[in-house]
Amino acid sequence: MAERIEVSRRNFLKIGAALGGGLLVGIDAAACGRKDIAPVNNAGQQGIFAPNAWIRIGVDDSITLLVGSSEMGQGVMTAIPMLLAEELDADWAKVRAEFAPAHASYTNPIIGRQHTGGSTSVRGFWQPLREAGAATRELLIQAAAQRWNVKTAECSTEPSVVIHNASGRRLRYGELVEQAAKLAVPETAFLKEPKQFRLLGTSVPRLDTPAKLNGTAVFGQDVKVPGMLIAVVARCAVFGGKLKSVDASAAKQIKGVRHVVEIDAGVAVVADHFWAAQRGRDALKLEWNEGAAATLDSAQIRAALVAAVDSGKSARNDGDVNQAWQNAAKKIEAVYEVPYLAHACMEPMNCTAHVRKDRCEVWVPTQGQATAQHQIGRHTGLKPEAIQVHTTFLGGGFGRRSEYDFVVEAVQISKQLGVPIKVIWTREDDMQHDVYRPATYNRMTAAIDQQGTLSAWQHRIAGPSIFARVYPTGIKDGLDVTSLENAQNIPYAIPNVAVSYALVNAGVPVGFWRSVGASQNVFVTECFFDEAARAAGKDPLALRRELLKAHPRHRAVLELAAQKAGWGTPLPAGRARGIAVAESFASFVAQVAEVSIEHGVPRVHRVVCAVDCGMVVNPNIVAAQMESGIIFGLTAALKGEITLAKGRVQQSNFNDYPLLRIDEAPRIEVHIVSSTDPPGGVGEPGVPPIAPAVANALYALTGTPVRKLPIRI
Amino acid sequence: MLTLNVNGKSHEVDADADMPLLWALRDLLGLTGTKFGCGIAQCGVCTVLVDGVPLRACVTPVSALAGKKITTIEGLSADSSHPVQQAWLAEEVPQCGFCQSGQILTAAALLAKTPQPTDADIDQAMAPVLCRCGTYPRIRLAIQRAAKIVKESRHG
Ligand code: FES
Ligand code: FES
Repeated sequence: MAERIEVSRRNFLKIGAALGGGLLVGIDAAACGRKDIAPVNNAGQQGIFAPNAWIRIGVDDSITLLVGSSEMGQGVMTAIPMLLAEELDADWAKVRAEFAPAHASYTNPIIGRQHTGGSTSVRGFWQPLREAGAATRELLIQAAAQRWNVKTAECSTEPSVVIHNASGRRLRYGELVEQAAKLAVPETAFLKEPKQFRLLGTSVPRLDTPAKLNGTAVFGQDVKVPGMLIAVVARCAVFGGKLKSVDASAAKQIKGVRHVVEIDAGVAVVADHFWAAQRGRDALKLEWNEGAAATLDSAQIRAALVAAVDSGKSARNDGDVNQAWQNAAKKIEAVYEVPYLAHACMEPMNCTAHVRKDRCEVWVPTQGQATAQHQIGRHTGLKPEAIQVHTTFLGGGFGRRSEYDFVVEAVQISKQLGVPIKVIWTREDDMQHDVYRPATYNRMTAAIDQQGTLSAWQHRIAGPSIFARVYPTGIKDGLDVTSLENAQNIPYAIPNVAVSYALVNAGVPVGFWRSVGASQNVFVTECFFDEAARAAGKDPLALRRELLKAHPRHRAVLELAAQKAGWGTPLPAGRARGIAVAESFASFVAQVAEVSIEHGVPRVHRVVCAVDCGMVVNPNIVAAQMESGIIFGLTAALKGEITLAKGRVQQSNFNDYPLLRIDEAPRIEVHIVSSTDPPGGVGEPGVPPIAPAVANALYALTGTPVRKLPIRI
Repeated sequence: MLTLNVNGKSHEVDADADMPLLWALRDLLGLTGTKFGCGIAQCGVCTVLVDGVPLRACVTPVSALAGKKITTIEGLSADSSHPVQQAWLAEEVPQCGFCQSGQILTAAALLAKTPQPTDADIDQAMAPVLCRCGTYPRIRLAIQRAAKIVKESRHG
C-alpha cells in the first residue's frame, strides 16, 4: 500500500462507542486536510447533538456515513460516502448515507465552512475522508489482530471483513466494532493505490435514487413538524423597498388564516395550510415605500454599463495591446452582452423554523449550513450549539440556496409566534426576489498581424459585482474575481492581452449562479475567438489547438470532443457544428453542438461533450452532471432573460421565464478522459461551453456572429 | 366535507370547493410526493393521474374530483415495482429529484396508452413536465427501457 499517513499526531479523529455497541468515528475534516497539526475543538457541542461522528458501524455490519454537504442533484450524497467507504474497505451494499447536522467538523476544507458550492465537495474532501476511512480500517485491523493475537501486518481486508492472511481466519467489521471502540486512534494508516480501488472510478448506484422514485424523499417543502403553520410572505416588488402600511382585516377573514405578522422582509400571512396563506396574502392591502430603486429599468442599467465599460480597472496587461493594434493587418471589434438570470430551482425557496426561548431548530434545503446557523444566531441571540440545522434534500440549488433570506424569514415569524413555521415561496416570489446572475456588457477587440497570427486580445467587462454584496473585502483594486474568471485567464497563447473590469452597482442583487463568471465569460471569449479565427482565415478548432500548445488538458478534451462529433465531416444541409472549451472548477470540458434553424429558432440536435475532471469518483454521476449542465446552459443560451421595469422584475413564472423542455433537448454524448490528476469539480463545469458551442454553430451556419444572450435570430 | 378517492382509499377532506387538489393532498392528507413548482400549470411537478390521465393538481379544484380515482406517486406501486420506477432506477434518472413524481406518473400514463412509444411520442407526452436538472436524456432512455419491461412481462 502506497501512501503512509500520520493519524494520531494530527488529531483529526475521535473514536467512541455508539449506543447499542457500535463504533463511532468522528472526523474533523478541516483539521484532517491541514498539513500542520492543530487540536480538534468541538468539545462544547458534543453533549447536545453528538454530531461529531462521520462514521457509524453497527454490530449488525451496517455502516452509516454522515454527509455534511448538500444533495441538490449533483450526487454528493453518493460521492462523499464513496470516498470514506473506499479506504474503509466497506461493503457498499451495507452503506447508508444520512445528512449531517450543522457542525464545524463538516467544514469543507476548500471553503472554510460547512457549505456546498463552487463544485468543491469531492475536491475538498478527497484527501481527508480517504485518510479517515483508511484510519478506521486500520483500527478494525488492530482489533482483529488483538483478537487473534497476531501482528496487524499479517492482516488485510476485503469489503467489511478483516482477514488473517496466513490462517484465512475472518472477522466481519460488525464483530470488531465493540473492541475497536475501545482502542486508541491509530498512529499511522495507509491509503490505497488507485489500482486497488474497488469503488472509486466505478458507477456504483446513487444512494438517493430509491427515495426519489416513490415520494419518500423529503424536500424542504415537505417538512412536517407537529403544530406547524404555513406562512406566505408579501415582499416589496422593488428591491430595497420597505413596508409603509398594511391593512390585514380582509386577510384575517379568510378561513384558515391564523396570524398576520410583520417581519423585515414584509408581511407574513400565517395559516393552517398554504392555500389559505396564499389567499390571505392576496387579500392584504399594502403600501410600500419603494425607495431609490423604484425607477430602475433595463435600459437604464444597460446605459450605465455602456458608460462604464471603457474606464474599468486593469486585471491583466500582457505585452502591448495598443502597439499590436496599430500594427495589425486586420482588426475586429464587437460588443457582447449577457442578461440577468434567475436560478429557478425547481423547488421554490422555503424553510421551516421552530424558535424557542433557549433553542432553535430549522429544517431547510440549504447549501450553507454554517451561514444559516450564524444568521439564526444573529436573529435569535442563541449560541451555535443551541441552533440545530436539519438539511433536507434540495430541489435544486445552483447557488441560490447559498443565501439565507428564506431562513431569516421563517426564524423571524416563528420567534414572534412561538410555533413551528414553514415559509413557502411561490414561484413568483422565487423569480422576483432572487439574487441574479449578473448582466454584463463586454467590449472586445482583437488584432491579426501580417502573418495571420492572433496578435492582440482586449476584453473590457462592465457589470455588477457579486462580491460587492456578499464579500466586499474580497474585492481587490476594484476587481471582483468572480466577474473575471475565464476572461482574465483565457488560456490562448496570444502575445498581447488586456482585460479590464468596471464594477457597476446597478441596484439589482446579484449572486452565485451555476458556474458563476464562467457562465458568461466563456460565452463571450469563445464566441469572439471564433470571430478572430474567421478573420485570420483559420478553422476554429485548428486555431484553438495551435494556441493551446501549453495547455494539454484543454487540447485533449477539444480533440476528443471533435473526433467523437466528426468535426469537419459533412452534415445534412442546414446544419452546422460549433465548438467551445473551458476550464472551470479544476475540470476541463469541450463541447461540440450540432445546430440548425427551424421556424426561425435555433434547434440543437446533438451535443458531444468531453470532460477531464481528473480522477473520477463515479463516472455515471459525472456523465449526469455534464448532461445537466448542458441542459441548464441551453436554457440560458436560448431562453433565459430577467428584465426590469419600474424597479420590478418583469418575469414571474415559467410562462415568461421558460425552461428548456424535453422536446427541445438535444441528444447528448459524454466522453470522460481517463486521468490521474487530482479530482476536479463536476457540478458546474458542464455549463460554460454550451452557449458558445451553439452560438459558434449558428455563426458557422449563417455567417452572422451571435453576440447576445439569449440567442435571437 | 368532501370525499376524495386517492390511491384506492376514500378520504374525507375539510376543504373549500375551490382549493386546488395539490394543497388538499399535501397539506390536508400529508401526501407530499406531489410537488409545488409553479401553481399555474406550467411545470408539471404537481402531476397526478385522474382516472389514469395526467392532470395538474395545482389548478384542479377539489370540487372537480368527486367520484374520480386519483393516483399520486405514493400509490403508483406499493414497492416501487412499476415498470417506470424500475426503469428509472436502472437508468438513474433523478438528480435533485424534485420533478420526478411528475415525470414518473406522466411516463406511466404514456405507457398505459402507448405501450411502445416512439421518440416523438415520448417528447410530446413528457413536454409538460419541466426538469431544471436536465434529466431529459435519461427520461427518454428510461421510458424505452420501461416499454421493454412491459413487453417482456406480457410475453413472459
Ligand atoms: S405546480 Fe402545477 S404545473 Fe407547476
Ligand atoms: S431532477 Fe431536479 S428538477 Fe428534475
